[in-house]
Amino acid sequence: MISPNRCAPPERPYWPNWAAGFALGLVLLLTFVGTGHGLGATGFTTRLSAWLGDFVLPNWTKTNDYLGPLLEDGPVLASWISWQVLGVFAGGVVSAFLAGRMRWRIEGEASTGKTGRLLKALAGGVLSGFGARIAAGCTSGVGLSGSAVLGVAGFVFLGAFFAAGLVTSRLTGGGVR
Amino acid sequence: MSSVIALSAPVSGVLLGFGFGFVLERAGFGSGCKLTAQFRLTDWSVFKVMFTAIVFAAVGLYVLEMMGIVDAQNMYVPAPYLWAIAAGGAAIGAGFAVGGYCPGTAVVAITTGRIDAMVFFAGLLIGTFAFAGMFAWLEPLTTAGELTRGDRLPDVLGIPEWSVLAALVAAAIGVFFLGGWFERRARSTGAA
Repeated sequence: MISPNRCAPPERPYWPNWAAGFALGLVLLLTFVGTGHGLGATGFTTRLSAWLGDFVLPNWTKTNDYLGPLLEDGPVLASWISWQVLGVFAGGVVSAFLAGRMRWRIEGEASTGKTGRLLKALAGGVLSGFGARIAAGCTSGVGLSGSAVLGVAGFVFLGAFFAAGLVTSRLTGGGVR
Repeated sequence: MSSVIALSAPVSGVLLGFGFGFVLERAGFGSGCKLTAQFRLTDWSVFKVMFTAIVFAAVGLYVLEMMGIVDAQNMYVPAPYLWAIAAGGAAIGAGFAVGGYCPGTAVVAITTGRIDAMVFFAGLLIGTFAFAGMFAWLEPLTTAGELTRGDRLPDVLGIPEWSVLAALVAAAIGVFFLGGWFERRARSTGAA
């Protein structure tokens, strides 16, 4: 239990947890008041997958029972969630730029090597993308937004998310560092 | 619903998304190391920020409804297919522990130049294709464990909304104390 566990300090300090929490809560509240639903992410990656699939394997995608109906919903940018994720990207860019935190890097390569880290990132992404389709949402859409409206689904999601995360972290070397 | 902020979908999406991305980056949630430190129990930022946001939004919605500004009946609540939610949530938690991100924070991490987050994002698409390929077989799981008593805690537990909110506020304060204790312990042993 010594220093290799430590994260590299940020170029400028992050916001304190309480301040970030209130700011996130305010954005979430405004989203509910303005749109009637919360914030999300995988609604976009799913539509993006359908669009990419239509590009690469049009026949398979069109006849697929999951992706086909999404294609019929219209183009990726026809949905609110796609614009919201573009906004997330823009907000992240502005914040990272102003804080001097924009730099090409592979985080965590020191402990597992470049290839090891990227393989773990890929495996984690696959699991996450797969799981988000089973739960019909992710940490933002079901966990955060679902809990804010006191949805049972939101709290069940967070419980399963954190329990599985704690166990998997123990079994796989403690995550990114 | 009677929308207070009447903006077109692209405009409201980009504006609200901008706030979401900005705050996540400011919280430090573009860093996979900081995010996964939650599961090492050495940095409790994820719990603390999420809990604070949930409580703020939940109490805010309650107050706005009391004032007649919003109608909670019109707010979207995820369907309580509890086995589907638990299975998917567990897969996302495991993916977070291994890969370092969840879908939303991966987008933020990409904006800070993290190549591992781009690879994670590519994995999200691959995972979606894998799911679509197995959809015929997985479809029953996506609606498994439906809770029929209601989809919100006050209905399911049969207690008034304010008492659920009071319990959440207490839990949030508890998370700050518990997290603070773990963080101090980690610092004193050199783990964080």
